[in-house]
Amino acid sequence: MLEAVIKKQLRDFSLDLSFSVNDGSIFVLMGENGAGKTTVLNCIAGLMGPDAGSIRFNSSVVFDAGIGINIPVEERRIGFVFQRSAVFPHMTVGENIAFGLRARRKPTVFIKERVGHWLKAMHIEDLVDVKAGNLSGGQKQRVALARALAIEPALLMLDEPFTGLDAENIRLVKELTRTFVTSMKIPCLIVTHRVIDCRDVGDNACIICRGKKEWEGKPENLPGCSCRNDYV
Amino acid sequence: MTASSVKKKITGTLTCIAAGVLIVAVALYLVLPILALFFRITPDLFLASLADPEVKAALSLSLVTSVISLAIVILVGTPFAYIHCRNQYPGKMLVDTIIDLPLVLPPAVAGMALLVLYGRAGLVGKYANIFGISIAFTTLAVIMAQIFVASPFYLRQAKSLFDQLDPAYELTARTLGASPARVFAHVVVPLTASGLVSGAVMTFGRALGEFGATIMFAGNLPGVTQTMPLAVYVNLAGDFNVGLTISILLVLISFTIMIAIRFLAKTEVSHA
Repeated sequence: MLEAVIKKQLRDFSLDLSFSVNDGSIFVLMGENGAGKTTVLNCIAGLMGPDAGSIRFNSSVVFDAGIGINIPVEERRIGFVFQRSAVFPHMTVGENIAFGLRARRKPTVFIKERVGHWLKAMHIEDLVDVKAGNLSGGQKQRVALARALAIEPALLMLDEPFTGLDAENIRLVKELTRTFVTSMKIPCLIVTHRVIDCRDVGDNACIICRGKKEWEGKPENLPGCSCRNDYV
Repeated sequence: MTASSVKKKITGTLTCIAAGVLIVAVALYLVLPILALFFRITPDLFLASLADPEVKAALSLSLVTSVISLAIVILVGTPFAYIHCRNQYPGKMLVDTIIDLPLVLPPAVAGMALLVLYGRAGLVGKYANIFGISIAFTTLAVIMAQIFVASPFYLRQAKSLFDQLDPAYELTARTLGASPARVFAHVVVPLTASGLVSGAVMTFGRALGEFGATIMFAGNLPGVTQTMPLAVYVNLAGDFNVGLTISILLVLISFTIMIAIRFLAKTEVSHA
């Protein structure tokens, strides 16, 4: 379970948000551009420090401004898929998936086994030796997902994971995300601005506006798109 | 055919001719002096001069010092540029300007400045001298002059590459558990490698051609500090063919460098 209380002064407004995500559950963060969605992800990942608040995964505290705990990013064990996937274009698909395990100095045999497992899980076995720079958008997104999940994260975070994908790949990425969040029993946080994605994939959702929570609830009850064209 | 269409056709032809003349004139202005070097000497004389010990000494000194300078610039400059780009610190703008300074500074002034600092009576040089270390007028001085003058070519290139690199690659690598050093070695350097190599090639070319700072700070001792450009200058009044031979060698090396850069620019890794 992820529990986050984040307060941070941004340039134009202050971010002040608290939410929790259960294990095996997908929480969708929605909001306009510049509402603070990506900042929330960056704070949880440890790429930015909140001014106040606390972030904990299950019982372990990764950040607490009150008692001065701030676990460095590389030790937080978060699977973070960035916008446009950011697969390493100079590495093969296999090397991409192995990256986190190598960084954590896992035994070679173990890495090989895990890479094989994830290639199969993501239906990309035939791409193992292909340079990731040569992949299509949908393939890159699956490699990025495999790379993030291979480190057995305590939390999965996806920033706009469906942007730039065709319908078939959007469906596939949603399905894979759901499958592994459920089977690995980890909380998952997805940032998106499309209502349809939110309804397809989310268990719970929240809309933030200028750093504050505007609405929280089940995706099917999401306020309509009458006034907000950009949620369509 | 109407009068106006004839007029249009004539104007078009004249524009074409003017454009052609301009292109040919600029190209010739740049290439004629180079060609003149090749026409001034016969292949036999060229080959005979190549065997001249003075030419050999200048060639090997130039290559060895330039390679050492380049290695130092890469080893120190790459992490420097990365740290500089990724951090905000007081005086960053100033450092940015200082890096570019040698580009606009006359090389003779650079040589003078190095001499004033590291010479026998220089601010640092006099203390080095106490320990029996002399810097000026040694091969070390040649290398120092080359680094001073040529490093901006590499540093500028490295800085712009690191600035342009999508931060998502590094951030992803960090969340996957990689230390900053690992991210630098396994993600940043490979993704910018071809650009870094072309910066390195430019730096090598500039170091190889260094003249002003070298003659001021390192002097002109054959075999010790007399690099190829210095040997060209000396032989203006000595063996003219030796000067020509070294010049032609430098032209050939420069040309190879330009081709190498073109080639590298084409094989750049496509970013995701």
